[in-house]
Amino acid sequence: MTEYLFSVHHDYSKPLFDDDADVEAMFRDTAAFNDEAQAAGIYVFAGGLEAPDTATTVHVREGETLTTDGPFAEARERIGGFWVLELPDLDTALTWAAKASAACQSPVEVRPFQGE
Amino acid sequence: MADASAEVAAVFRHESGKAVATLVRMLGDIDSAQEAVQDAFVRALEVWPRDGVPPSPAAWIVTTAKHRAIDVVRRERTREDRYRGRAVMEGEDGTQADPAQAIADALDEPVRDDQLRLMFTCCHPALGMEARVALTLRLIGGLETRDIARAFLVPESTMAQRITRAKRKIAAARIPYRVPSREELPERMGAVLAVLYLVFNEGYSGTTDATRPDLAREAIRLTREVRALLPDHPETTGLLALMLLTESRRPARFNASGDVVLLADQNRSLWDRALIEQGQRLVLDCIEAGQPGPYQVQAAIAAVHGDARRFEDTDWPQILALYDQLFAFTPTAVVELNRAVALAEVRGPAAALALVDGLPLERYHLWHATRATFLERLGRLEEARAAFATAAELTENPAERTFLRGKAGA
Repeated sequence: MTEYLFSVHHDYSKPLFDDDADVEAMFRDTAAFNDEAQAAGIYVFAGGLEAPDTATTVHVREGETLTTDGPFAEARERIGGFWVLELPDLDTALTWAAKASAACQSPVEVRPFQGE
Repeated sequence: MADASAEVAAVFRHESGKAVATLVRMLGDIDSAQEAVQDAFVRALEVWPRDGVPPSPAAWIVTTAKHRAIDVVRRERTREDRYRGRAVMEGEDGTQADPAQAIADALDEPVRDDQLRLMFTCCHPALGMEARVALTLRLIGGLETRDIARAFLVPESTMAQRITRAKRKIAAARIPYRVPSREELPERMGAVLAVLYLVFNEGYSGTTDATRPDLAREAIRLTREVRALLPDHPETTGLLALMLLTESRRPARFNASGDVVLLADQNRSLWDRALIEQGQRLVLDCIEAGQPGPYQVQAAIAAVHGDARRFEDTDWPQILALYDQLFAFTPTAVVELNRAVALAEVRGPAAALALVDGLPLERYHLWHATRATFLERLGRLEEARAAFATAAELTENPAERTFLRGKAGA
């Protein structure tokens, strides 16, 4: 079994949803996806993130700590939330990713964790 | 002895895909499988020229490589390389297996399934098209990395990197080594056929440079193998027919000075009749199967061309009807462009030009070349020359560029 990071990518340069109905559907479908993943015994961890402008970046170089307000690099696309799921192989992961993407109405990037 | 080695190399290359396929399953790792097969090749170079090529070269390679693989597995075990060792020994259900037993069991499974597994892994949709093509030629086709690099006109280091990256992704992301389920098969098969067709086109439309490996023939060989493995898939038969019928025209495609000769002007006595007959038989098989698809329709179009001993004899209404069918499967501007060529023959160049002018293909050299041909026939020669010149600028194929420049200057 391999753990995969499912990261949800949002384009923060424009409104995330067109109307309230979309937002409601997203919360409902995402909650349903979480229930399904838990019932399947593949759920490890998941969470949604606050907007990128709430981020703080810390970088220690040559003993100096540099703290900056905001994300590490400028980009339109940012991670808005993520899942960690434990699955047997990539085909299974891609099937779950399709469900996840439909539920959260956003692209989902699938990336394996390094083995121990 | 040089001849014997070359023969060994050729037989070995053609059979090595099967051996790699079985060894990947036994070892659970592509690199180890390639290494073991490479060792078997060194051994073959010693033994085959002396004792002759064995009756079943693939079985010989697997057996020889297997002995080497068992050594590798033993060494891995004693080295306590936990991570790699587990990947090597874990079965499909994730259970630990006795390595010696696993290898013995592996030998009993049909080679056919292994070849399919390897093919679907190399052409997995999670890999980019370039990576799929490179892996397929390297692992299934048995081509050396430097030859694949030469075929695609990229530096050897670039191609080596592409292959290494693809293999790393297969291992790290756990792309499974299995034959897709029945429901997944049509989509996954489509990915495999797309790779084979791309390899074929690269070989067919590429230059006549004799130092490049013949990708068109390699693609035909691999497509034949795929068809033998999964005979009940009419699109595979269609693709094979399309390749054979296209390949049949190759001797007439360039003149003595290496310039492109258009279909209308080709010396049809140079066409390979044996390939045409093979292709046409396959098209009939497809019609009988009654599950048409885009490759089959394209093959049918090529078969109609193959029937015409002279360009004037071409059954254009039939070709136009087939393009209508193709457009129903793949409604793209490029299909419309090809359909326009048939339309010009049935209803005249004015109707065809009107159709082509509405297509959003300004960056495609064949759009300009096709327009130019229609303009020429309508007597609008200045516009035709300008369109040929633009087409010459846009093409990346040197032989085509020479041809189009000639038309622009004429």
